[in-house]
Amino acid sequence: MKLKLHVWRQNGPNDKGRLETYEAPDVSPDQSFLEMLDDVNQALAKEGRDIIAFDHDCREGICGMCSQVINGKAHGGQERTTVCQLHMREFNDGDEIYIEPWKAKAFPIIKDLAVDRTGLEKIIQAGGYTSCHTGGVADGNALPIGKEAADYAMDAAECIGCGACVASCPNSSAMLFTSAKVAQLAVLPQGKVEAHRRVMAMTEAAKESDFGNCTNHYECQAACPKGIDVKFIAKLNREYLKALIK
Amino acid sequence: MQLTQSSVGRKIIMAVTGIVLVAFVCVHLLGNTSIFVGADAINAYAQKLHSLGPLVWVFRLVMLAAFVIHIFFGIQLTIENKAATPEANVQVKRQKTGFAAETMVISGLVLLAFVIYHLLHFTVRVTNPEIYVPMGDQGMVDVYYMVVMGFQAVLPVAVYVVAMGFLFLHVSHGFQSFFQTLGLSNDKSLPITMNISKLIAVVLLLGYISIPVLIVAGLVKI
Repeated sequence: MKLKLHVWRQNGPNDKGRLETYEAPDVSPDQSFLEMLDDVNQALAKEGRDIIAFDHDCREGICGMCSQVINGKAHGGQERTTVCQLHMREFNDGDEIYIEPWKAKAFPIIKDLAVDRTGLEKIIQAGGYTSCHTGGVADGNALPIGKEAADYAMDAAECIGCGACVASCPNSSAMLFTSAKVAQLAVLPQGKVEAHRRVMAMTEAAKESDFGNCTNHYECQAACPKGIDVKFIAKLNREYLKALIK
Repeated sequence: MQLTQSSVGRKIIMAVTGIVLVAFVCVHLLGNTSIFVGADAINAYAQKLHSLGPLVWVFRLVMLAAFVIHIFFGIQLTIENKAATPEANVQVKRQKTGFAAETMVISGLVLLAFVIYHLLHFTVRVTNPEIYVPMGDQGMVDVYYMVVMGFQAVLPVAVYVVAMGFLFLHVSHGFQSFFQTLGLSNDKSLPITMNISKLIAVVLLLGYISIPVLIVAGLVKI
């Protein structure tokens, strides 16, 4: 396949970015999207030109590093798929593809398609943990957790922290990301102890990191490569109300 | 402090004041449709409200407070949310949200302008002084005559119809938002509340526009 790529190029947070056009002359339908970009970069490097910077790591859809808005949709819009798991068979010969970074005030651009997602770390640092005494490994089943709670917590814990929820949100809100951690810990006995403090601290950290406010667009769930449900945002709101009343 | 400054706190304020306003427009519609029963019905309804005396003012103050708070935080949150995305992508394709949800601040501001006009039209009685005919000796006016005469021209009817279109948009997103915001929804109930939200918005739209449209069409007359 032969493709035409419109790629966002930007030298740093203060540079004014622009779309530049590249040819991908020999794309295999079996390649992943990132492999296709690797080929483009190899050709650029051979010509001595500046390669396109983008984040990636595991390339098997579990690390949350890849982060590209493809044709206007975070991760390309295929259901429950990260960019690295998006394959070129989804495109047709002659297609023009727009490749842009996550855009949000909270995600300053490092270079081209790579953004600084420290804001998400700050939210986790504010409360995305449980405080406990360290020591020997706890005995299995010493702390009974019901099947329903365990499943619910696992569904929430699927979040890989890529930031697609922020990138797809019209308000650049990180509420889905925040709620996944709040909800996961709120249903587990280890997390219940600090539930009130956690929801307050994490939502406050999101605000301080310049993420927007959630206005229930539900775009985040559609964009999430792990299918994190907005029911967790409802859960966060419930936890917030409980903490407020207490 | 938490409630009025935090992200989720202000969202809760929006939801609670919003549902008060939705409740009002529902009750207001029920009262207004008494015009279809006849002049005596709507005048009796107006008389009943009038006889509540100071309670009317308590009610009006509560509504005014809900209205002002809803608008204040709505604008404040919109400004913050716009600032959180200083530069959008060149290509933006939404997958789930819609026109109504994306234009809440616009439909909200149009409704604010409409409410001011509506109050000037029928409550403060500024725009059309000729439509008020005194009735009884307690400072009441003939409400049936006022409404029917108020919708004889096409322009006010058009304003009301367009404004109700914006009410439809605003409520269709807002009503289901209330349940999500107060944590009353989950994956099973959310699609249902979203449909109920649209249904209520349609009922409000058709109910409200039926009054001016049937009057200007000559089906409801003096």
